[in-house]
Amino acid sequence: MELDQLVEKFKQKDEKAFEKLYNMYSDSMHGVIYNIVRDHDIAQEVMQDVFIKAWHKADSYSSKKGRFFTWILNIARNAAIDKTRSKAFKNSKQNLNSDFFVDIIEGNENLDDKTDAIGIKKFVGKLAEKCKAVIELLYFKGYTQSEASEALDMPIGTIKTRNRNCIQELRNMVLN
Amino acid sequence: MDIKAYIESGILELYVAGTLSEKENEEVYELMQKHPEVLQEVLEIEAAIVKLTASTSQRDSDHILQRIKQTLGFGSDKDTKVISIAKPKYNWITYTGWAASILLAAGLLWTVNQNKQLQSDIQIAETQQSLLETQIANSKNSLEDANVLISVLRDENITKVPLAGQGNFANTFAKVYWDKDSERIFLDAQGLPDPPEGKVYQVWSLTLTPLTPTSLGTIDSFTADANKIFEIKNANKSEAFGITLEPAGGSASPTMDQLYTLGVVSAS
Repeated sequence: MELDQLVEKFKQKDEKAFEKLYNMYSDSMHGVIYNIVRDHDIAQEVMQDVFIKAWHKADSYSSKKGRFFTWILNIARNAAIDKTRSKAFKNSKQNLNSDFFVDIIEGNENLDDKTDAIGIKKFVGKLAEKCKAVIELLYFKGYTQSEASEALDMPIGTIKTRNRNCIQELRNMVLN
Repeated sequence: MDIKAYIESGILELYVAGTLSEKENEEVYELMQKHPEVLQEVLEIEAAIVKLTASTSQRDSDHILQRIKQTLGFGSDKDTKVISIAKPKYNWITYTGWAASILLAAGLLWTVNQNKQLQSDIQIAETQQSLLETQIANSKNSLEDANVLISVLRDENITKVPLAGQGNFANTFAKVYWDKDSERIFLDAQGLPDPPEGKVYQVWSLTLTPLTPTSLGTIDSFTADANKIFEIKNANKSEAFGITLEPAGGSASPTMDQLYTLGVVSAS
């Protein structure tokens, strides 16, 4: 598989492979980071840190432990959340906007240049409130299943099935 | 293990989210190797999540890549090597490739121009054609008129009345072809000069005893008419025809010193 080979080369510090993987996932990571920090300059700073860290930690990744995407998603979420906990950040951002990712997507004019914009906006527009919260917590914020269950006051099993249904809906919109 | 139920449980969605335990992660990994449908499911979930998360990005992240590459010192010690390797790459295939594409582009341009030229040629030809069609239609009309005239001239029932020049106008002449059945005359006024500005010829039907002129109307289109043959209604029992020059609009009775031509209808 091509992705596996790419990741293998990346682990051997192949610069071209790094660049390819960056192009594959940078928008996604930037989206996740921005959703957490809500500031363009800080998001850019965190992005740099994340990919530099990924490069240095490349040989610690193993496909047995999970998807490469999930690996770098974890690095990105943790770096962004760390940033929001820093003293400097807390001082500059007293009140973090409580909007969900959906509000960012709906107001994202840059999105029109990208593929699938229509499908994504449609999906987000008709997404149920509970769906929005589940996706937000599990993918954008990195909550565990039990953390999400607690935060949303929902049984653990419900989180799992609801999430499955929400992602199914998303797949129908953006992949078909 | 029921693979379908496993997929339906929603565990793979959590796998991509990264919330499973290390043991669960390894289990999913094993199943992906064994069951292509599990792998396919994971790939699709991942692709959808990548697209969703990417759509919250409002900035182009290309410039960030440049900074990262700078920080990591990418390409710094390889630049010289790359150039020396790259040089022989510009072989004849590259050059002929470029030449071919330039030729192709030039050829396309030429074709486009040629096409434009042809289209304008077609337009010109179409305009010319419609002009010719108009001319043909006009000619047909003239021909019909001429045929009518010939048929009138050949008709036995037509009375021919020559009008001779009178007094000062002795050198003028005209001819009337009187179609009594159709109550019309054809006036051939070729022998009359163009009327001066503000004047018109007026045609009269006359009875001789007593001398009574009846106006048949003025010839307003005299100068413009090419063959100088005019069709005029005449329901009178005419004994003679005369033509006088009158002020534009005509007169109630003929101005006798401006009587150009006069002719009596022969008795037969």
